[in-house]
Amino acid sequence: MNRLPKWIVLLGALFFAGSAAAKETIKVGAILSVTGPAANLGGPEARTLQMLVDEANKKGGLSGHPIELLLKDSGGSPEKAISFAKKLIEEDKVFAIIGPSTSGETLKIKGIAEEGKTLLLSCAAAESIVKPVGKWVFKTPQNDSHAARKILEHIKKAGLTKIGLVSSNTGFGKAGKEQVEKLAKELGLEIVANEDYDKEATDLTAVATKLKAAGVQAFINWSIEPAQAIVLKNARQIGLDVPIYQSHGFGNIQYVKAAGPAAEGVIFPAGRLIVAESLPASHPQKSVLMKYKKDYEAQTKEDVSTFGGHAYDAFLMLGKVIEKAGVDREKAREALEGVQGLVGTAGIFNFSAQDHNGLQADAFEMLTVKQGKFVVLQEGAAKKDAPAKKK
Amino acid sequence: MTFALFLQYLVAGVTYGAIYAIVAIGFGIVYNATGIINFAQGEFVMLGGMFAVTLQAYVPLPVAVLLAVLIVMGVGALVEILFIRWLDRPTVLRMIVITIGLSIGMRELALLVWGEGVRSLPYFTGDAVTALSVGDVHVSPQVLWVLGTVGVIVAFLLFFFGQTRLGRQMRACAANRDAARLCGIDARGMVTLSFVLAAGIGALAGCVVSPITYVQYDSGTNLAIKGFTVAVLGGLGNSAAALGGGLILGVIESLSILVLPAAYKDVVAIAILLAILVFRPAGIFGNAATARLQEHA
Repeated sequence: MNRLPKWIVLLGALFFAGSAAAKETIKVGAILSVTGPAANLGGPEARTLQMLVDEANKKGGLSGHPIELLLKDSGGSPEKAISFAKKLIEEDKVFAIIGPSTSGETLKIKGIAEEGKTLLLSCAAAESIVKPVGKWVFKTPQNDSHAARKILEHIKKAGLTKIGLVSSNTGFGKAGKEQVEKLAKELGLEIVANEDYDKEATDLTAVATKLKAAGVQAFINWSIEPAQAIVLKNARQIGLDVPIYQSHGFGNIQYVKAAGPAAEGVIFPAGRLIVAESLPASHPQKSVLMKYKKDYEAQTKEDVSTFGGHAYDAFLMLGKVIEKAGVDREKAREALEGVQGLVGTAGIFNFSAQDHNGLQADAFEMLTVKQGKFVVLQEGAAKKDAPAKKK
Repeated sequence: MTFALFLQYLVAGVTYGAIYAIVAIGFGIVYNATGIINFAQGEFVMLGGMFAVTLQAYVPLPVAVLLAVLIVMGVGALVEILFIRWLDRPTVLRMIVITIGLSIGMRELALLVWGEGVRSLPYFTGDAVTALSVGDVHVSPQVLWVLGTVGVIVAFLLFFFGQTRLGRQMRACAANRDAARLCGIDARGMVTLSFVLAAGIGALAGCVVSPITYVQYDSGTNLAIKGFTVAVLGGLGNSAAALGGGLILGVIESLSILVLPAAYKDVVAIAILLAILVFRPAGIFGNAATARLQEHA
């Protein structure tokens, strides 16, 4: 080595540095419901991904691999999701797919991802996405069974026994309904009214009337559509002044704005992203949450929502596996199952071969709405938080 | 079930019915002047709500509603002048394809301009939890606003089409455009006018129902489907019949929840639509003879 002139060594170093920067581009597909009834999920998810990909590429990519994002808008339609999944896997040969936004779509393409041996990092909540476990399918949002448990235990603690359940006729609504029915039996709560409504419903006064007629002491709504704000208004309008619980689908401040005073006092489980500011500085998620919130809000001029966070977590997982295993699909898949203590927006992920979600019930915090804002629910104050009815 | 509960279901039905009816009326106007169904009517409703919500940040609510109606009337005129006017004797199928295309185009434009978020105007009276109560029956004041608006529009249209020269000229164009033209009626102008009127009424509907239903870039489509059902149910082109049809459908839908899951509400509506199309194509309140006359014209 001593005999080599310095400039050759320098040239060699430059060559290797150059090749490190020019690692192969990784194609990442995303199937998100940017338009359609679930646009409130897919919109923030798409904007989050675009932001993260731009940011990563500016810094030279993920572990040196530039990322090419192929973003497809499914409009919330399972049929479109299927054809996009096939195209991304068979023609574009993507390394991984982020999405879809909704449970119904994810369940429809689960098999396609398995067959195509392509990582599917779903942003949808239903537990059936990862149960039974599919080798290639993971999801970032918290489990709906954890949400149902949080809600029902809260109801039980408040000493209420007769509950109403309303849900939209979507994959998310149906999956949540099943979980609530199952757990209610386990906890000894009686569901005295159980109604499905259409996901595009514009008024739910009749549904609210049915709840009132059944004499519910509290009711749970399980949906992601604007209907979850409509049902609040209609229930309060007809004088149904019982505590109202919503699913984790309520974590978008838009719905609170839309329902106005009717949203006051609604109780729901959610990840900590939407109350990031009120977390103590010592909380392990605090810095991740605040960074995402600041970046997203500066970039898009809109409030952060839990849904964008699901896409953030998916991208975080992607970065982690590329760092650990590079571009080999099988190795990447195995590496993801070994990821522990990954701090994301939805919680702290600990994956295993059996658990492709990696979150526990403690990823949820019970929140409520106070003066049009999400706040952490103070225990004990919950019971009679229904707003005084104005006449 | 107590009587009060039954009344509460009825009130729910009236709420649905009023929303459907106010959307349905717009269909009738274009049909009256041209004999075609404008499938972009729902987008006029959506645009009305969207413009009003946007403007409301700068001007008081009544001014915002008025401006939104005027803007959408302009859109209606533009649509007719750019896409409908130059067609020479278009077939029904062609018109359907064009108006559906327009509807999709407007929806996508709205998505670009306003994004996918849900918006709404504030309640005209009170807020989201205010209700007028008679005993144990409660109704949101906004429902009364919708009903009142429908009433005023129906009265205006009955007077307009029945009593004014302009209104009768429009009807003449629908009955027989050539004959109308021979009589010196500006047939093209009448068609433009019908689009302007329909757009204005659609926009007003969009403003009045938005506190109840919210407005989103694609909310027009859904409202239009129900509105169209009601327009056919009552008898196309007759605004009072649209109101009647709307209320009937609304109440049936609302009561259907007693025996069927709420998600089947639309099944009820579509089943009724099919039955009407098979057994009474002229609508419940329509006159079979005039309907046939119009079809042959």
